[in-house]
Amino acid sequence: MRSFSNTYIFVFSLIMVTIVAVLLSFVSVQLKPRQEMNVQIEKKQDVLRSVGKAEKVAEAADKNSYIDEEFGKYITDSYVVDYQGNRVEADAFEVMLNLAAENRKPREERNYPVFVYSENGGEKKYVVPVRGKGLWGPIWGYVALEGDLNTIAGAVFDHKGETPGLGAEISTGWFQAPFTGKTIFDENGKFVSIEVAKGGADPSSKHQVDAISGGTITSKALEEMLIDCMEGYVAHFKELSKLKS
Amino acid sequence: MSTEKEPLFSPKNLKLLTEPLGKSNPITIQVLGVCSALAVTVKLKPSIVMALSVMVVLAVSNVVISLMRKMVPPRIRIIVQLVVIATMVIVVDQVLKAYAYDVSKQLSVFVGLIITNCIIMGRLEAFALGNKPWPSFLDGLGNSAGYGLILILVAFFRELFGSGTLLGYHVIPQAFYDAGYVNNGMMILPPMALVVVGIFIWVQRSKNKDLIEN
Repeated sequence: MRSFSNTYIFVFSLIMVTIVAVLLSFVSVQLKPRQEMNVQIEKKQDVLRSVGKAEKVAEAADKNSYIDEEFGKYITDSYVVDYQGNRVEADAFEVMLNLAAENRKPREERNYPVFVYSENGGEKKYVVPVRGKGLWGPIWGYVALEGDLNTIAGAVFDHKGETPGLGAEISTGWFQAPFTGKTIFDENGKFVSIEVAKGGADPSSKHQVDAISGGTITSKALEEMLIDCMEGYVAHFKELSKLKS
Repeated sequence: MSTEKEPLFSPKNLKLLTEPLGKSNPITIQVLGVCSALAVTVKLKPSIVMALSVMVVLAVSNVVISLMRKMVPPRIRIIVQLVVIATMVIVVDQVLKAYAYDVSKQLSVFVGLIITNCIIMGRLEAFALGNKPWPSFLDGLGNSAGYGLILILVAFFRELFGSGTLLGYHVIPQAFYDAGYVNNGMMILPPMALVVVGIFIWVQRSKNKDLIEN
């Protein structure tokens, strides 16, 4: 076997890592626009899923244009409010894409995006994005509220790297379905959010859903996330429902 | 190494391609790369994508390492191999994220974990470092095909019996369900992948007695 000097080894390594670095940066820069578009499409799809739309996505020939079209058809309005419930000049979609940065601010200073869904001018539903920290990484979701701004019309959740079979179950139907029909305010109009109850939800409770056995930390994190992200909407929701009644 | 020119598909070279499919299969004979074989084989589609990803990574890494084999200082050869593999894996991961986003989400960490797939480092260390680029390329293709073959077979049985579908299409007729047939939930869980791989190993060895170790 040939022997190599230390200098050779150093120079060899340096050249190697430089080539690799250039190659990887090039690939990353080239593919970035497409990857970002995928993320945007996915967010649109999740907003639609929370109100029970975009169900035919598996059959769509061109997923991206199908989602874009559905999103344009059903999401009739979107806006941003602040903690006091005042409208803010900002693009709701932009804010949603940067929700992680938004959530690092204290609740009082955040911007809160709202997406309004309505089908053929019918009853409106309000979709709000939520995002928090799971056990291994971020978890996020979309909660759709009925026109009374109290009853949940649907919720979808997803995660970056929760444990498969345990915490990762938050992205499955059996976990998400029970959210539908629950209410986030109690009868006195106090914001109580939804409790993810370990050991099973009380069937008579309007504010509890089943936690995941073996996935307690993710379950609790999801509960925290709902409180953290939805509390800021309370002022806006109260105002909206006052306007309606 | 012989200096005379060999035909591209000489019997010796073809053997590199075909042997890993059967009697030197990386999964059933060498029992390498089992971790990912268990994890991604719930459905057929991610298994196929995983098999193709491993194929690209292994074939290209084998060629790159083989081209560099005379320059690589032996003392840092493992690091060099890892850098080459990791680079390829990141490229594959980025391409999947851009062009097959849903599948890349299903495969999640397992694409990244191709880096630690023993088959790849095993082939680089055992073959590419001592052979010319073309045989190395064939060796890479052969071994990843052997890996992919088992992956796809396992996924075929798991998806068929676990979900009653193939590539997402229902293949078990509704009449079966009406007659009381139920999908086997066990097939979806990782332990059944181990059992299925075990059955493959059993079948292969009972057909070819030479493979049985004493």
